[in-house]
Amino acid sequence: MSLLKPILLVEDDIVDASTAKQALQDLRVRNPVVHKTDGEEALEYLRDPNSEKPAIILLDLNMPRISGIELLQIMKTDAELQHIPVVALTVSEYEQDKLDTFDFGVAGYVIKAVDYDAFLRAMDIIIQYWAWNGLVEKEREANNARL
Amino acid sequence: MRDCRPILLLEDDTVDAMAVKRALKDLHVSNPLVRVANGEEALVYLRDDSKEKPCVILLDLNMPKMNGIEFLKVVKADEKLKRIPAIALTTSKDDQDRVSAFKLSVAGFVVKPVDYIKFVEAMRIVNLYWTLSEQPNSERESTNEKLQANTAGGR
Repeated sequence: MSLLKPILLVEDDIVDASTAKQALQDLRVRNPVVHKTDGEEALEYLRDPNSEKPAIILLDLNMPRISGIELLQIMKTDAELQHIPVVALTVSEYEQDKLDTFDFGVAGYVIKAVDYDAFLRAMDIIIQYWAWNGLVEKEREANNARL
Repeated sequence: MRDCRPILLLEDDTVDAMAVKRALKDLHVSNPLVRVANGEEALVYLRDDSKEKPCVILLDLNMPKMNGIEFLKVVKADEKLKRIPAIALTTSKDDQDRVSAFKLSVAGFVVKPVDYIKFVEAMRIVNLYWTLSEQPNSERESTNEKLQANTAGGR
């Protein structure tokens, strides 16, 4: 892959956002990470012709202004954005949130683990999966390493 | 996978279907595998209320009668079926196929490696991801337990 598109992290919680960024760094993900703190900011970024469309979106659900589910709904009706895979990364175990996100074509729904090692293992699976999809890339040395 | 519902495989090529079956067996994935040869057959299966709905759909793109993209269009417009994650498992490297599939909310687009060992590795990650990911109405089992069991089985 010549040009790596960014991973868009949409997360309002400062601690959760830095944990996710740390995990991506620890996993030696080569894609740049763009962080937006709510759905509205994310939508501004996604609709800005000067910003690069992300490879994938890691999406928190409970956020102020525009929530994750609302953002997903808006994206899926926008011809310029509907092709971007979205993975929900949330603490919500509500059945309704699962129904709504899968209704709007989410490409994964992962509950955030509180324990960092468990969170890192989950992020590693997410990254490896999207690497097989040709959308994200890890540094080569890290490919052979097992967590 | 996350629960014990079947995996629905859309694959017209018998040899490729056997490779998927063998890889899942090698990875100790215990979900039953239901194989159909094209999109039309898959819709008949999915719309038959006596059949258990699959936890995921693995689909080839190039198939006769109804191909993978046409199948996705129908499934994603069907209120009863659209929530089932569908993962393209294909030899197509066509960017147009990829974009069309993602526009139709495909939940993965994995280009099948020719080498069997690499193919098993791809299937191992697909299985781990869809074990980690929650789904509506899925059985409430401990993700960690399932992950450990699946990871151990895949080594």
